[in-house]
Amino acid sequence: MTALNYADIGDVVPTVTGEPAMASDANASGDLRIGKLDRRQFLKLTGLVGGGLMLSFTTPRALANAAALQPNGYIKIDATGILIYAKNPEIGQGVKTSLPMIVAEELDAAWEDVEVVQSSIDQSLYGAQFAGGSMSIPMNWDSLRRSGAAARAMLLEAGAKRWGVEPSSLSTRDSHVVHAASGRKLAYTELAAEAAVATVPDPRSLTLKKRDQFRLLGKRITGVDNDALVRGEPLFGIDQSLPGMKYAVYQKCPAIGGKVASANLDAVKAMPGVRDAFVLEGNGNAGELLPGVAIVADNTFSAIQAKRALKVEWDESDASKDSWSDAKAEAERLRKESGPEVVNTGDVDGAFASSARQASGFYTYHFVSHATLEPQNCTAWFKDGALELWAPTQTPAQGIGSAAKVVGISPSKVTLHQLRCGGGFGRRLYNDFTTEAAAIAKRAGVPIKLQWTREDDMAYDLYRAGGFHQMDGSVDDNGRITGWRDRFVTFTNDGRRPVSGGSLGPGVFPAGLVDNVRVEQTALPWKNRCAAWRAPGSNVFGFVVQSFLDELAHAAGRDSLEVLLEVLGEPRQMGRRGGGMHTGRAAGVVELAAREAGWGRELPDGHGMGVAFYYSHAGHIAEVAEVSVGDQKQVKVHKVTVAADVGPIVNLSGAENQMQGSVVDGLSTMTSLSVTFENGRVQQSNFDRYPMLRMPSTPEVAVHFVDSDYPPTGLGEPALPPLAPAICNAIFAASGHRIRTLPISEEGFSLA
Amino acid sequence: MDLKVNGELRSLGDVDPQTPLLWVLRDELGLVGTKFGCGISQCGACTVLVDGQSVKSCSYPISSVATAEVTTVEGLAGSDGELNAVQQAWVDLDVAQCGYCQAGQIMAAEALLRAKPNPGDDDIDQAMAANLCRCGTYIRIREAVKVAAATRRSAAEASDAAE
Repeated sequence: MTALNYADIGDVVPTVTGEPAMASDANASGDLRIGKLDRRQFLKLTGLVGGGLMLSFTTPRALANAAALQPNGYIKIDATGILIYAKNPEIGQGVKTSLPMIVAEELDAAWEDVEVVQSSIDQSLYGAQFAGGSMSIPMNWDSLRRSGAAARAMLLEAGAKRWGVEPSSLSTRDSHVVHAASGRKLAYTELAAEAAVATVPDPRSLTLKKRDQFRLLGKRITGVDNDALVRGEPLFGIDQSLPGMKYAVYQKCPAIGGKVASANLDAVKAMPGVRDAFVLEGNGNAGELLPGVAIVADNTFSAIQAKRALKVEWDESDASKDSWSDAKAEAERLRKESGPEVVNTGDVDGAFASSARQASGFYTYHFVSHATLEPQNCTAWFKDGALELWAPTQTPAQGIGSAAKVVGISPSKVTLHQLRCGGGFGRRLYNDFTTEAAAIAKRAGVPIKLQWTREDDMAYDLYRAGGFHQMDGSVDDNGRITGWRDRFVTFTNDGRRPVSGGSLGPGVFPAGLVDNVRVEQTALPWKNRCAAWRAPGSNVFGFVVQSFLDELAHAAGRDSLEVLLEVLGEPRQMGRRGGGMHTGRAAGVVELAAREAGWGRELPDGHGMGVAFYYSHAGHIAEVAEVSVGDQKQVKVHKVTVAADVGPIVNLSGAENQMQGSVVDGLSTMTSLSVTFENGRVQQSNFDRYPMLRMPSTPEVAVHFVDSDYPPTGLGEPALPPLAPAICNAIFAASGHRIRTLPISEEGFSLA
Repeated sequence: MDLKVNGELRSLGDVDPQTPLLWVLRDELGLVGTKFGCGISQCGACTVLVDGQSVKSCSYPISSVATAEVTTVEGLAGSDGELNAVQQAWVDLDVAQCGYCQAGQIMAAEALLRAKPNPGDDDIDQAMAANLCRCGTYIRIREAVKVAAATRRSAAEASDAAE
């Protein structure tokens, strides 16, 4: 067996796998992974990220339907009601509600009149359809507004014709066209058939609302699936069922890269409820189909029982021998040596030599798993040379491509129904589970639901890579930071480039903010797959750089907030193409969070406060944590205050929920979560050894949004990176203990 | 074998008596509101009520249910389809993010409020500690439990007053 090919893992997201590839990002490595986007779309994307006019990816086109107004893929209005289509996968980030809200705002539809429907996968109609990079809102904001406004213009034209008046004499409100002069009004549903034959306007000619004219955006709107959710109706991938469907499980080698030498297939096939058991060879692509044994049974329990009884002899000649302890030892060695430079501005050695004070620290963070609560699953039916998939995936188009490849048919013969995802966090950007389901379905000849167990999910994740940073810095006589060196040891899957989310770039903090900065990067070979995890890169770099900044502030004997604001400096736009952090917006949220948290006030005994800022996914977020630390290193988080400048808020309820959830996820992950590897194998198998945070440890989280006219960004990710450093800086303030390892349980800390 | 679930007697045919209640509900009865998360009673996504007590159905063999009454999330709404107080609070407060854990959270809250109509903060934290939310919606879950408790209490008072 040849070595696994990891090339597609970094490229699977249509735009970018993580923020290093976001043209706007402070971390931007310049390593733009365009994936399946063509050049035209790419240019539009970078234009978008740069803050320029955001053209829609697809020119809305009228869909032929005489009785219904359907000017584009997002809207269908007929005599019975108003439908708005949600184009992107719902993974808990709220886009099934927020994207249609944007359409409804410019359409001037009353939200209670709108029915939201998940759209089909049709990238010719909808442009890129995926959930990643917090990109759903920024990539679709403009085109969705123009789509709504186009339909509204056609309704106005229809109303004008009906009444024989000028369109300019008409207005709209709450799903009605109104003629104020005569007091007449007509519901959109009554005008739909006439509007359907009106002229489809040029989207660029439309006048959009000013922010103070918004009636829906910025309000608290409950999620469109909430009623079905609380009734337990089938919504998720795992809930899919088909007539005659069988239940499948798939056992892969515990060390990735191993293949099946032999297995007790006959014994397994003889078990009650088992229909078939067979070996799949894998297709050599680490992100698609790994070798393993498939079992098809009458129900999930029989399949899982059979998997327990399955005995496989693995050929591990090419399998992973990954070892965390070996990697750590190697990083300990490398931290003392110079590595290849990513950034080198000014004269770091000179700054260190002439400094008044210096600080140093070796930072470590472990691998972690996505651990979506819904284990990976996919329902597949291969019939008459065509494949149908029901999948909880973040990248449906890539899922179609991979499935077509392993089944050996054209992608046009694959239909994928996007179903609600029980969590994403980046895991479902990768379609290994849908590809497996496709391959099993082809062989099974009946519809199958492939179900991963929790143990499968933890053993075959695409992990957030661990990493190591030797940090050194200097301050001058005035306590100003003069030198900064970040010697980073990361991992590589393909031997050529660091794993997704494990790469520092020219935009990394504090490049451009501190005069003398050197960043070095060395990658250790690693076979277990690593990929994007919520706020890739930033979720760990934020911890390192914002903690070390705090170390330097203390080395200088200065207030951490003051030093952070001094480093941000005068208000200016950073980054190439003008698309990066704006230091004025950054300082704005830092000051807001500090003010709301009462920075500098007298704290109860044993309490400490920490502040951190991070820019990622076009979001400027600052967080202040107040904690106390017990004598057994129990950390009580009293409050986290979040200040965010993320542009106009689409759904205030969803936005606040994402901010609070990011804080809780960040706290959960930094406290006690790690995945370790020995002899190529993951050492954790279920939640008993991957103890996520529970309600009693959940702190109060106050969220403050800056009133902002900047282009909006998505909120699934940017509030996570500042959390860990804010907490660690607060722990230092409270206890004098500087945490340099995540999770903090590695240093003996726990949550009270 | 038969199973009493949500007020109905459902026939199961020849199900392996060791089958966890979770998989009977999902695979045999099509009641998919109850979710699979871990299979080892760690996450609570599979929480249902057995004779009013909260139970992790992933680790509860169907043979142990015997003649007990099973209530799942599908059985909470009234016969007219009206959401119960816990469900309504979850909708009104927009608790869910991905929503996958929420059926289990709702059932845990339902069990708590049946046992303790007026729970304090610590009661809520303790009762809900068995249920993981990967998205971190605990802050809203706490709030929703309180809102549901208040709704139930005022409904109970109204019905007492009417008598």
